[in-house]
Amino acid sequence: MIRLHQIAIQIADFSMSDISIEIERGQYAVLMGKTGCGKTSILETICGLRKPTSGTVWVQDTDVTRFSPGDRQIGYVPQDLALFPTYSVGEHLEFALKLRKTPRERVNQRRDETAEMLGITHLLGRRVEGLSGGEAQRVALGRALAGEPSVLLLDEPLSALDEQTRDEMLALLQTLKDATHVTTLHVTHNRIEADVLADRRFRIVDGVIEAE
Amino acid sequence: MEDSERNPLLQSISALPSAGRLRGRREVSFDFGFSLHAASFRYPFLFFFSHVSPTPVSNRPLVPRRRSDAPFFLLMGGISSCFVLLIVLLIAADLAFTSLADFRDVLAKPEIRASIRLTLLSCTVSAILSVIVAIPLGYLLSRFQFPGRFVVDTLIDIPIVLPPLVLGLSLLILFHLPIGNSGWELESWLRDEVGFPVTYRWPAVVLAQFVVACAFAVRTMGVTFDQIDARAEDVARTLGCTRLQAFTKVALPQAGRGIVASLTIAWARALGEFGPILVFAGATRMRTEVLSTSVFLELSVGDLNAAVAVSLLMVAIAIVVLLALRVLGTRRLGMAMMSGERSR
Repeated sequence: MIRLHQIAIQIADFSMSDISIEIERGQYAVLMGKTGCGKTSILETICGLRKPTSGTVWVQDTDVTRFSPGDRQIGYVPQDLALFPTYSVGEHLEFALKLRKTPRERVNQRRDETAEMLGITHLLGRRVEGLSGGEAQRVALGRALAGEPSVLLLDEPLSALDEQTRDEMLALLQTLKDATHVTTLHVTHNRIEADVLADRRFRIVDGVIEAE
Repeated sequence: MEDSERNPLLQSISALPSAGRLRGRREVSFDFGFSLHAASFRYPFLFFFSHVSPTPVSNRPLVPRRRSDAPFFLLMGGISSCFVLLIVLLIAADLAFTSLADFRDVLAKPEIRASIRLTLLSCTVSAILSVIVAIPLGYLLSRFQFPGRFVVDTLIDIPIVLPPLVLGLSLLILFHLPIGNSGWELESWLRDEVGFPVTYRWPAVVLAQFVVACAFAVRTMGVTFDQIDARAEDVARTLGCTRLQAFTKVALPQAGRGIVASLTIAWARALGEFGPILVFAGATRMRTEVLSTSVFLELSVGDLNAAVAVSLLMVAIAIVVLLALRVLGTRRLGMAMMSGERSR
Protein backbone atom coordinates (compact mmCIF):
# COMPACT_ATOMS: atom_id res chain seq x y z
CA MET A 1 0.00 0.00 0.00
CA ILE A 2 1.15 3.54 -0.72
CA ARG A 3 -0.54 6.50 0.87
CA LEU A 4 0.34 10.15 0.53
CA HIS A 5 -1.44 12.37 3.00
CA GLN A 6 -1.58 16.10 2.28
CA ILE A 7 1.95 16.22 0.93
CA ALA A 8 3.38 19.60 -0.03
CA ILE A 9 6.48 19.91 -2.17
CA GLN A 10 8.56 23.00 -2.79
CA ILE A 11 11.43 23.05 -5.32
CA ALA A 12 12.76 26.53 -6.04
CA ASP A 13 9.88 28.28 -7.84
CA PHE A 14 7.81 25.15 -8.29
CA SER A 15 5.38 24.05 -5.62
CA MET A 16 2.59 21.52 -5.17
CA SER A 17 0.42 21.10 -2.16
CA ASP A 18 -2.31 18.97 -0.71
CA ILE A 19 -1.28 15.84 -2.62
CA SER A 20 -3.21 12.87 -1.32
CA ILE A 21 -3.20 9.49 -3.04
CA GLU A 22 -3.99 6.03 -1.78
CA ILE A 23 -3.02 2.90 -3.69
CA GLU A 24 -4.23 -0.39 -2.26
CA ARG A 25 -1.94 -3.35 -1.73
CA GLY A 26 -1.31 -5.16 -5.03
CA GLN A 27 -2.83 -2.40 -7.14
CA TYR A 28 -1.16 -1.06 -10.26
CA ALA A 29 -1.73 2.68 -10.33
CA VAL A 30 -0.85 4.96 -13.20
CA LEU A 31 -0.21 8.65 -12.59
CA MET A 32 -0.58 10.81 -15.67
CA GLY A 33 0.28 14.40 -16.34
CA LYS A 34 2.22 16.67 -18.61
CA THR A 35 6.01 16.85 -18.61
CA GLY A 36 7.26 19.10 -15.81
CA CYS A 37 4.10 18.92 -13.74
CA GLY A 38 5.83 17.33 -10.74
CA LYS A 39 5.31 13.61 -11.34
CA THR A 40 8.96 12.79 -10.72
CA SER A 41 8.99 14.92 -7.55
CA ILE A 42 6.10 12.89 -6.18
CA LEU A 43 7.99 9.65 -6.81
CA GLU A 44 11.12 11.09 -5.19
CA THR A 45 9.08 12.10 -2.18
CA ILE A 46 7.76 8.55 -1.83
CA CYS A 47 11.33 7.17 -2.08
CA GLY A 48 12.62 9.63 0.48
CA LEU A 49 15.01 11.33 -1.94
CA ARG A 50 13.05 14.56 -1.55
CA LYS A 51 11.74 15.90 1.73
CA PRO A 52 8.16 17.16 1.60
CA THR A 53 7.54 20.50 3.31
CA SER A 54 4.54 18.97 5.02
CA GLY A 55 2.37 15.86 5.00
CA THR A 56 3.10 12.18 5.52
CA VAL A 57 4.10 9.22 3.36
CA TRP A 58 2.83 5.76 4.25
CA VAL A 59 4.10 2.44 2.93
CA GLN A 60 2.43 -0.80 4.10
CA ASP A 61 0.61 0.94 6.99
CA THR A 62 3.81 2.50 8.32
CA ASP A 63 4.49 6.21 8.37
CA VAL A 64 7.85 6.34 6.59
CA THR A 65 8.06 10.13 6.25
CA ARG A 66 11.13 10.24 8.49
CA PHE A 67 12.66 6.97 7.26
CA SER A 68 15.83 7.07 5.19
CA PRO A 69 15.32 5.97 1.54
CA GLY A 70 16.97 2.61 2.16
CA ASP A 71 14.55 1.65 4.93
CA ARG A 72 11.36 2.17 2.93
CA GLN A 73 11.46 -1.11 0.95
CA ILE A 74 10.82 0.70 -2.29
CA GLY A 75 11.99 -0.37 -5.72
CA TYR A 76 12.60 2.76 -7.75
CA VAL A 77 13.23 2.84 -11.50
CA PRO A 78 14.07 6.43 -12.46
CA GLN A 79 13.47 7.74 -15.94
CA ASP A 80 17.19 7.93 -16.73
CA LEU A 81 17.60 4.41 -15.20
CA ALA A 82 20.87 5.47 -13.47
CA LEU A 83 22.51 2.08 -13.82
CA PHE A 84 25.86 1.65 -12.03
CA PRO A 85 28.55 1.96 -14.73
CA THR A 86 31.12 -0.13 -12.87
CA TYR A 87 28.78 -3.06 -12.17
CA SER A 88 27.85 -6.01 -14.34
CA VAL A 89 24.22 -6.87 -15.03
CA GLY A 90 24.39 -9.71 -12.50
CA GLU A 91 25.85 -7.40 -9.85
CA HIS A 92 22.94 -5.02 -10.37
CA LEU A 93 20.51 -7.77 -9.52
CA GLU A 94 22.56 -8.80 -6.47
CA PHE A 95 23.02 -5.25 -5.17
CA ALA A 96 20.08 -4.84 -2.79
CA LEU A 97 20.32 -8.37 -1.37
CA LYS A 98 24.06 -8.17 -0.77
CA LEU A 99 23.55 -4.92 1.15
CA ARG A 100 21.22 -6.80 3.46
CA LYS A 101 23.87 -9.48 3.92
CA THR A 102 21.61 -12.15 2.44
CA PRO A 103 23.31 -15.60 2.28
CA ARG A 104 25.20 -16.21 -0.98
CA GLU A 105 22.97 -19.07 -2.19
CA ARG A 106 19.82 -17.01 -1.70
CA VAL A 107 21.38 -14.05 -3.55
CA ASN A 108 22.31 -16.28 -6.50
CA GLN A 109 18.90 -17.90 -6.54
CA ARG A 110 17.07 -14.59 -6.46
CA ARG A 111 19.40 -13.13 -9.11
CA ASP A 112 18.72 -16.03 -11.46
CA GLU A 113 14.96 -15.96 -10.84
CA THR A 114 14.78 -12.23 -11.54
CA ALA A 115 16.93 -12.51 -14.66
CA GLU A 116 14.75 -15.37 -15.89
CA MET A 117 11.56 -13.40 -15.29
CA LEU A 118 12.94 -10.39 -17.19
CA GLY A 119 14.60 -12.43 -19.94
CA ILE A 120 18.11 -11.13 -19.27
CA THR A 121 19.81 -14.35 -18.15
CA HIS A 122 22.13 -14.20 -21.17
CA LEU A 123 23.28 -10.72 -20.12
CA LEU A 124 24.22 -11.52 -16.51
CA GLY A 125 28.00 -11.38 -17.05
CA ARG A 126 27.93 -8.26 -19.17
CA ARG A 127 28.76 -4.73 -18.18
CA VAL A 128 25.98 -2.19 -18.57
CA GLU A 129 27.63 0.05 -21.14
CA GLY A 130 26.45 -0.89 -24.60
CA LEU A 131 23.16 -2.43 -23.49
CA SER A 132 20.25 -1.50 -25.71
CA GLY A 133 17.47 0.72 -24.35
CA GLY A 134 15.17 -2.23 -23.68
CA GLU A 135 17.93 -4.28 -22.07
CA ALA A 136 18.98 -1.40 -19.81
CA GLN A 137 15.34 -0.92 -18.81
CA ARG A 138 15.08 -4.58 -17.86
CA VAL A 139 18.26 -4.36 -15.79
CA ALA A 140 16.93 -1.30 -13.93
CA LEU A 141 13.66 -3.13 -13.29
CA GLY A 142 15.55 -6.22 -12.16
CA ARG A 143 17.74 -4.20 -9.80
CA ALA A 144 14.57 -2.79 -8.19
CA LEU A 145 12.65 -6.10 -8.11
CA ALA A 146 15.43 -8.43 -6.95
CA GLY A 147 15.36 -6.79 -3.51
CA GLU A 148 11.70 -7.87 -3.13
CA PRO A 149 10.34 -4.38 -2.52
CA SER A 150 6.86 -3.83 -1.05
CA VAL A 151 6.30 -1.04 -3.54
CA LEU A 152 7.54 -0.42 -7.08
CA LEU A 153 7.85 3.09 -8.52
CA LEU A 154 8.32 3.47 -12.27
CA ASP A 155 9.16 6.85 -13.74
CA GLU A 156 8.19 6.99 -17.45
CA PRO A 157 9.64 3.51 -17.99
CA LEU A 158 8.76 3.32 -21.68
CA SER A 159 9.34 6.87 -22.83
CA ALA A 160 12.84 6.44 -24.26
CA LEU A 161 12.17 3.23 -26.16
CA ASP A 162 11.50 2.61 -29.85
CA GLU A 163 8.07 1.40 -30.79
CA GLN A 164 8.81 -2.31 -30.96
CA THR A 165 10.75 -2.37 -27.70
CA ARG A 166 8.00 -0.33 -26.10
CA ASP A 167 5.43 -3.00 -27.01
CA GLU A 168 7.71 -5.72 -25.64
CA MET A 169 8.24 -3.80 -22.40
CA LEU A 170 4.53 -3.11 -22.08
CA ALA A 171 3.88 -6.84 -22.34
CA LEU A 172 6.66 -7.48 -19.83
CA LEU A 173 5.19 -5.02 -17.32
CA GLN A 174 1.84 -6.73 -17.76
CA THR A 175 3.47 -10.10 -17.03
CA LEU A 176 5.30 -8.70 -14.00
CA LYS A 177 2.10 -7.22 -12.69
CA ASP A 178 0.33 -10.58 -12.91
CA ALA A 179 3.29 -12.55 -11.56
CA THR A 180 4.39 -10.39 -8.62
CA HIS A 181 1.29 -8.42 -7.60
CA VAL A 182 3.64 -5.80 -6.22
CA THR A 183 1.97 -2.47 -5.44
CA THR A 184 3.07 -0.21 -8.28
CA LEU A 185 2.95 3.47 -9.09
CA HIS A 186 3.73 4.05 -12.74
CA VAL A 187 4.21 7.60 -13.94
CA THR A 188 3.66 8.40 -17.61
CA HIS A 189 2.19 10.83 -20.07
CA ASN A 190 1.14 8.08 -22.44
CA ARG A 191 -2.51 7.04 -22.38
CA ILE A 192 -1.91 3.65 -23.99
CA GLU A 193 0.27 2.55 -21.07
CA ALA A 194 -2.48 3.56 -18.68
CA ASP A 195 -5.12 1.71 -20.74
CA VAL A 196 -3.12 -1.51 -20.77
CA LEU A 197 -1.79 -1.57 -17.23
CA ALA A 198 -3.78 0.55 -14.81
CA ASP A 199 -6.05 -0.78 -12.09
CA ARG A 200 -6.32 2.76 -10.89
CA ARG A 201 -5.59 6.08 -12.57
CA PHE A 202 -4.60 9.47 -11.28
CA ARG A 203 -4.04 12.62 -13.21
CA ILE A 204 -2.23 15.82 -12.27
CA VAL A 205 -4.03 18.88 -13.54
CA ASP A 206 -2.72 22.30 -12.56
CA GLY A 207 -0.88 20.96 -9.53
CA VAL A 208 -3.89 19.02 -8.25
CA ILE A 209 -4.17 15.24 -8.29
CA GLU A 210 -7.49 13.87 -9.48
CA ALA A 211 -8.48 10.22 -9.33
CA GLU A 212 -10.15 9.01 -12.53
CA MET B 1 11.87 8.33 -53.22
CA GLU B 2 9.63 6.01 -55.17
CA ASP B 3 6.97 6.27 -52.51
CA SER B 4 6.98 10.00 -52.69
CA GLU B 5 6.66 9.87 -56.44
CA ARG B 6 3.57 7.70 -56.21
CA ASN B 7 1.97 9.66 -53.41
CA PRO B 8 0.79 13.13 -54.42
CA LEU B 9 0.65 14.29 -50.81
CA LEU B 10 4.29 13.39 -50.26
CA GLN B 11 5.20 15.02 -53.55
CA SER B 12 3.76 18.29 -52.42
CA ILE B 13 5.68 18.07 -49.15
CA SER B 14 8.98 17.30 -50.81
CA ALA B 15 8.37 20.38 -52.92
CA LEU B 16 8.37 22.53 -49.76
CA PRO B 17 11.29 24.95 -49.71
CA SER B 18 12.99 23.30 -46.74
CA ALA B 19 12.51 19.84 -48.18
CA GLY B 20 13.89 21.05 -51.44
CA ARG B 21 17.05 22.17 -49.73
CA LEU B 22 17.42 18.66 -48.39
CA ARG B 23 16.97 17.13 -51.77
CA GLY B 24 20.65 16.56 -52.31
CA ARG B 25 20.35 13.82 -49.69
CA ARG B 26 17.67 11.48 -50.86
CA GLU B 27 16.95 9.64 -47.68
CA VAL B 28 16.67 12.84 -45.65
CA SER B 29 14.18 14.30 -48.06
CA PHE B 30 12.18 11.09 -47.98
CA ASP B 31 12.25 10.84 -44.18
CA PHE B 32 11.21 14.39 -43.78
CA GLY B 33 8.29 14.05 -46.16
CA PHE B 34 7.15 10.81 -44.66
CA SER B 35 7.32 11.86 -41.03
CA LEU B 36 5.51 15.10 -41.71
CA HIS B 37 2.88 13.15 -43.59
CA ALA B 38 2.44 10.70 -40.73
CA ALA B 39 2.55 13.45 -38.15
CA SER B 40 -0.14 15.43 -39.91
CA PHE B 41 -2.65 12.74 -38.96
CA ARG B 42 -1.78 13.00 -35.30
CA TYR B 43 -1.39 16.77 -35.27
CA PRO B 44 -4.00 18.21 -37.62
CA PHE B 45 -2.39 21.67 -37.66
CA LEU B 46 0.53 20.17 -39.61
CA PHE B 47 -1.91 19.34 -42.37
CA PHE B 48 -1.74 22.96 -43.31
CA PHE B 49 1.84 22.47 -44.41
CA SER B 50 1.06 19.43 -46.48
CA HIS B 51 -1.32 21.45 -48.64
CA VAL B 52 0.97 24.35 -49.39
CA SER B 53 1.08 24.88 -53.13
CA PRO B 54 4.34 23.67 -54.75
CA THR B 55 7.07 26.32 -54.87
CA PRO B 56 9.85 26.23 -57.45
CA VAL B 57 12.84 24.12 -56.46
CA SER B 58 16.32 25.62 -56.64
CA ASN B 59 17.84 25.07 -60.06
CA ARG B 60 21.37 25.78 -58.91
CA PRO B 61 23.69 23.29 -60.59
CA LEU B 62 25.53 20.91 -58.28
CA VAL B 63 29.16 21.95 -58.63
CA PRO B 64 31.89 21.34 -56.07
CA ARG B 65 33.10 24.73 -54.84
CA ARG B 66 36.68 23.68 -54.09
CA ARG B 67 36.87 25.52 -50.82
CA SER B 68 39.95 24.53 -48.89
CA ASP B 69 40.20 23.73 -45.18
CA ALA B 70 43.89 24.60 -45.26
CA PRO B 71 43.48 28.12 -43.76
CA PHE B 72 41.69 26.58 -40.79
CA PHE B 73 44.50 24.15 -40.04
CA LEU B 74 47.20 26.75 -40.77
CA LEU B 75 45.69 29.30 -38.39
CA MET B 76 44.76 26.95 -35.56
CA GLY B 77 47.87 24.81 -35.95
CA GLY B 78 50.07 27.88 -36.29
CA ILE B 79 48.91 29.45 -33.04
CA SER B 80 49.00 26.12 -31.21
CA SER B 81 52.48 25.22 -32.41
CA CYS B 82 53.91 28.52 -31.15
CA PHE B 83 53.38 27.39 -27.58
CA VAL B 84 54.55 23.83 -28.14
CA LEU B 85 57.62 25.16 -29.93
CA LEU B 86 58.41 27.49 -27.03
CA ILE B 87 58.51 24.57 -24.60
CA VAL B 88 60.63 22.48 -26.96
CA LEU B 89 63.05 25.37 -27.40
CA LEU B 90 63.31 25.88 -23.63
CA ILE B 91 64.32 22.29 -23.09
CA ALA B 92 66.55 22.25 -26.17
CA ALA B 93 68.41 25.34 -24.97
CA ASP B 94 68.98 23.75 -21.57
CA LEU B 95 70.25 20.60 -23.25
CA ALA B 96 72.56 22.57 -25.52
CA PHE B 97 73.94 24.51 -22.56
CA THR B 98 74.77 21.50 -20.45
CA SER B 99 76.93 18.45 -21.01
CA LEU B 100 77.01 14.87 -19.83
CA ALA B 101 79.91 15.75 -17.57
CA ASP B 102 77.72 18.27 -15.75
CA PHE B 103 75.15 15.55 -15.12
CA ARG B 104 77.82 13.19 -13.84
CA ASP B 105 79.09 15.92 -11.54
CA VAL B 106 75.74 16.80 -10.00
CA LEU B 107 74.73 13.16 -9.62
CA ALA B 108 78.00 12.51 -7.80
CA LYS B 109 77.18 15.15 -5.17
CA PRO B 110 75.70 13.61 -2.02
CA GLU B 111 73.64 16.80 -1.49
CA ILE B 112 71.93 16.38 -4.85
CA ARG B 113 71.29 12.68 -4.23
CA ALA B 114 69.72 13.51 -0.89
CA SER B 115 67.73 16.22 -2.64
CA ILE B 116 66.42 13.77 -5.27
CA ARG B 117 65.43 11.33 -2.54
CA LEU B 118 63.63 14.00 -0.49
CA THR B 119 61.91 15.39 -3.59
CA LEU B 120 60.52 12.01 -4.64
CA LEU B 121 59.43 11.18 -1.10
CA SER B 122 57.92 14.55 -0.18
CA CYS B 123 56.08 14.93 -3.51
CA THR B 124 54.63 11.44 -3.20
CA VAL B 125 53.56 11.93 0.42
CA SER B 126 52.00 15.34 -0.24
CA ALA B 127 50.25 14.09 -3.40
CA ILE B 128 48.76 11.12 -1.53
CA LEU B 129 47.70 13.34 1.40
CA SER B 130 46.18 15.79 -1.09
CA VAL B 131 44.08 13.09 -2.74
CA ILE B 132 42.96 11.74 0.65
CA VAL B 133 41.63 15.21 1.50
CA ALA B 134 40.44 16.03 -2.04
CA ILE B 135 38.13 13.01 -2.38
CA PRO B 136 35.74 13.87 0.49
CA LEU B 137 36.02 17.63 0.00
CA GLY B 138 35.47 17.41 -3.78
CA TYR B 139 32.51 15.08 -3.23
CA LEU B 140 30.84 17.29 -0.63
CA LEU B 141 31.24 20.40 -2.78
CA SER B 142 29.95 18.58 -5.83
CA ARG B 143 26.89 17.00 -4.22
CA PHE B 144 25.63 19.32 -1.51
CA GLN B 145 24.37 22.85 -1.22
CA PHE B 146 25.04 23.94 2.35
CA PRO B 147 25.28 27.26 4.15
CA GLY B 148 28.76 28.64 3.73
CA ARG B 149 29.45 26.52 0.67
CA PHE B 150 30.43 29.61 -1.28
CA VAL B 151 32.90 30.60 1.44
CA VAL B 152 34.49 27.13 1.50
CA ASP B 153 34.66 27.12 -2.29
CA THR B 154 36.46 30.46 -2.29
CA LEU B 155 38.84 29.52 0.55
CA ILE B 156 40.05 26.52 -1.45
CA ASP B 157 41.17 28.86 -4.21
CA ILE B 158 43.29 30.94 -1.86
CA PRO B 159 46.39 28.69 -1.97
CA ILE B 160 46.07 28.76 -5.79
CA VAL B 161 45.95 32.55 -6.10
CA LEU B 162 48.17 33.51 -3.15
CA PRO B 163 51.76 34.41 -4.08
CA PRO B 164 53.84 31.35 -3.05
CA LEU B 165 56.14 33.41 -0.84
CA VAL B 166 53.17 34.79 1.08
CA LEU B 167 51.90 31.27 1.62
CA GLY B 168 55.25 30.24 3.13
CA LEU B 169 55.26 33.31 5.34
CA SER B 170 51.70 32.57 6.50
CA LEU B 171 52.68 29.01 7.41
CA LEU B 172 55.68 30.27 9.34
CA ILE B 173 53.54 32.76 11.25
CA LEU B 174 50.85 30.16 11.99
CA PHE B 175 53.41 27.86 13.60
CA HIS B 176 55.17 30.58 15.59
CA LEU B 177 52.35 32.87 16.67
CA PRO B 178 52.21 33.12 20.47
CA ILE B 179 48.61 32.63 21.65
CA GLY B 180 47.16 33.88 24.93
CA ASN B 181 48.99 35.12 28.01
CA SER B 182 51.09 31.98 28.33
CA GLY B 183 52.43 32.55 24.82
CA TRP B 184 51.44 29.06 23.66
CA GLU B 185 52.94 28.35 20.25
CA LEU B 186 52.04 25.55 17.83
CA GLU B 187 55.64 24.84 16.83
CA SER B 188 57.01 24.60 20.35
CA TRP B 189 54.05 22.47 21.42
CA LEU B 190 54.69 20.09 18.50
CA ARG B 191 58.44 20.03 19.26
CA ASP B 192 58.33 19.70 23.04
CA GLU B 193 55.07 17.86 23.77
CA VAL B 194 54.50 15.76 20.66
CA GLY B 195 58.15 15.31 19.68
CA PHE B 196 57.45 16.20 16.05
CA PRO B 197 59.14 19.47 15.10
CA VAL B 198 57.97 20.86 11.78
CA THR B 199 59.53 24.21 10.87
CA TYR B 200 62.85 24.01 8.99
CA ARG B 201 62.56 20.22 8.81
CA TRP B 202 61.21 17.77 6.25
CA PRO B 203 57.59 17.88 7.53
CA ALA B 204 57.61 21.59 6.65
CA VAL B 205 58.55 20.66 3.07
CA VAL B 206 55.62 18.27 2.84
CA LEU B 207 53.20 20.75 4.43
CA ALA B 208 54.26 23.58 2.12
CA GLN B 209 53.80 21.33 -0.91
CA PHE B 210 50.54 19.90 0.42
CA VAL B 211 48.77 23.25 0.87
CA VAL B 212 49.04 24.15 -2.80
CA ALA B 213 48.86 20.63 -4.26
CA CYS B 214 45.71 19.88 -2.28
CA ALA B 215 43.85 22.91 -3.62
CA PHE B 216 44.49 21.68 -7.17
CA ALA B 217 43.57 18.11 -6.24
CA VAL B 218 40.26 19.28 -4.73
CA ARG B 219 39.37 21.14 -7.92
CA THR B 220 40.16 18.06 -10.01
CA MET B 221 38.10 15.75 -7.79
CA GLY B 222 35.23 18.26 -7.80
CA VAL B 223 35.08 18.18 -11.59
CA THR B 224 35.32 14.39 -11.50
CA PHE B 225 32.32 14.06 -9.21
CA ASP B 226 30.40 16.73 -11.14
CA GLN B 227 30.71 14.49 -14.18
CA ILE B 228 29.46 11.41 -12.34
CA ASP B 229 25.67 11.15 -12.35
CA ALA B 230 24.36 11.60 -8.81
CA ARG B 231 21.16 9.72 -9.72
CA ALA B 232 22.94 6.39 -9.48
CA GLU B 233 23.82 7.18 -5.85
CA ASP B 234 20.18 8.16 -5.21
CA VAL B 235 18.99 4.83 -6.58
CA ALA B 236 21.60 3.02 -4.50
CA ARG B 237 20.16 4.74 -1.43
CA THR B 238 16.65 3.55 -2.26
CA LEU B 239 18.09 0.04 -2.53
CA GLY B 240 19.31 0.19 1.05
CA CYS B 241 22.62 2.08 0.96
CA THR B 242 23.52 4.69 3.52
CA ARG B 243 25.12 7.81 2.06
CA LEU B 244 28.53 6.39 2.92
CA GLN B 245 27.75 3.09 1.18
CA ALA B 246 26.38 4.89 -1.89
CA PHE B 247 29.61 6.86 -2.00
CA THR B 248 31.97 3.91 -1.56
CA LYS B 249 30.03 1.38 -3.66
CA VAL B 250 28.74 3.55 -6.51
CA ALA B 251 30.47 6.95 -6.77
CA LEU B 252 34.05 6.10 -5.80
CA PRO B 253 34.49 3.16 -8.23
CA GLN B 254 33.56 5.54 -11.06
CA ALA B 255 36.09 8.12 -9.93
CA GLY B 256 39.18 5.99 -10.64
CA ARG B 257 40.50 8.07 -13.50
CA GLY B 258 39.73 11.31 -11.66
CA ILE B 259 41.75 10.07 -8.67
CA VAL B 260 44.73 9.31 -10.91
CA ALA B 261 44.39 12.74 -12.56
CA SER B 262 44.15 14.37 -9.15
CA LEU B 263 47.24 12.48 -7.94
CA THR B 264 49.12 13.54 -11.07
CA ILE B 265 48.30 17.21 -10.77
CA ALA B 266 49.07 17.24 -7.03
CA TRP B 267 52.42 15.53 -7.61
CA ALA B 268 53.34 17.95 -10.38
CA ARG B 269 52.42 20.96 -8.29
CA ALA B 270 54.42 19.62 -5.35
CA LEU B 271 57.47 19.15 -7.57
CA GLY B 272 57.31 22.77 -8.72
CA GLU B 273 56.88 24.21 -5.22
CA PHE B 274 59.70 26.52 -4.19
CA GLY B 275 58.77 29.77 -2.44
CA PRO B 276 56.87 28.37 0.56
CA ILE B 277 59.52 25.68 1.04
CA LEU B 278 62.29 28.27 1.11
CA VAL B 279 60.49 30.38 3.71
CA PHE B 280 58.89 27.65 5.85
CA ALA B 281 61.39 24.80 5.57
CA GLY B 282 64.55 26.69 4.73
CA ALA B 283 67.22 25.51 2.31
CA THR B 284 69.44 23.39 4.51
CA ARG B 285 71.58 21.05 2.47
CA MET B 286 70.96 17.36 3.14
CA ARG B 287 67.95 18.22 5.33
CA THR B 288 65.29 20.33 3.65
CA GLU B 289 66.76 20.58 0.19
CA VAL B 290 64.47 19.52 -2.64
CA LEU B 291 65.36 19.81 -6.33
CA SER B 292 63.77 23.23 -6.76
CA THR B 293 65.86 24.44 -3.80
CA SER B 294 68.93 22.77 -5.31
CA VAL B 295 68.58 24.83 -8.47
CA PHE B 296 68.33 27.96 -6.35
CA LEU B 297 71.33 27.00 -4.20
CA GLU B 298 73.52 26.13 -7.20
CA LEU B 299 72.52 29.40 -8.86
CA SER B 300 73.25 31.40 -5.71
CA VAL B 301 76.82 30.03 -5.56
CA GLY B 302 77.24 30.86 -9.23
CA ASP B 303 77.37 27.29 -10.56
CA LEU B 304 75.14 27.77 -13.60
CA ASN B 305 76.12 24.45 -15.16
CA ALA B 306 75.01 22.52 -12.10
CA ALA B 307 71.80 24.56 -11.85
CA VAL B 308 70.87 23.73 -15.45
CA ALA B 309 71.80 20.07 -15.00
CA VAL B 310 69.56 19.85 -11.91
CA SER B 311 66.76 21.59 -13.82
CA LEU B 312 66.95 19.05 -16.61
CA LEU B 313 67.00 16.30 -14.00
CA MET B 314 63.71 17.69 -12.68
CA VAL B 315 62.26 17.71 -16.18
CA ALA B 316 63.31 14.08 -16.65
CA ILE B 317 61.86 13.01 -13.29
CA ALA B 318 58.63 14.88 -14.01
CA ILE B 319 58.26 13.22 -17.42
CA VAL B 320 58.88 9.74 -16.01
CA VAL B 321 56.41 10.18 -13.14
CA LEU B 322 53.70 11.84 -15.26
CA LEU B 323 54.03 9.15 -17.94
CA ALA B 324 53.81 6.43 -15.30
CA LEU B 325 50.66 7.98 -13.85
CA ARG B 326 49.17 8.40 -17.31
CA VAL B 327 49.84 4.75 -18.09
CA LEU B 328 48.18 3.86 -14.79
CA GLY B 329 45.16 5.95 -15.78
CA THR B 330 44.82 4.58 -19.28
CA ARG B 331 45.48 1.02 -18.17
CA ARG B 332 42.53 1.22 -15.83
CA LEU B 333 40.46 2.54 -18.70
CA GLY B 334 41.88 -0.07 -21.08
CA MET B 335 41.11 -2.87 -18.64
CA ALA B 336 37.58 -1.61 -18.22
CA MET B 337 37.08 -1.55 -21.96
CA MET B 338 38.63 -4.97 -22.41
CA SER B 339 36.48 -6.57 -19.77
CA GLY B 340 33.47 -4.93 -21.39
CA GLU B 341 34.36 -6.50 -24.71
CA ARG B 342 35.17 -9.85 -23.21
CA SER B 343 31.80 -10.18 -21.60
CA ARG B 344 30.14 -9.17 -24.81
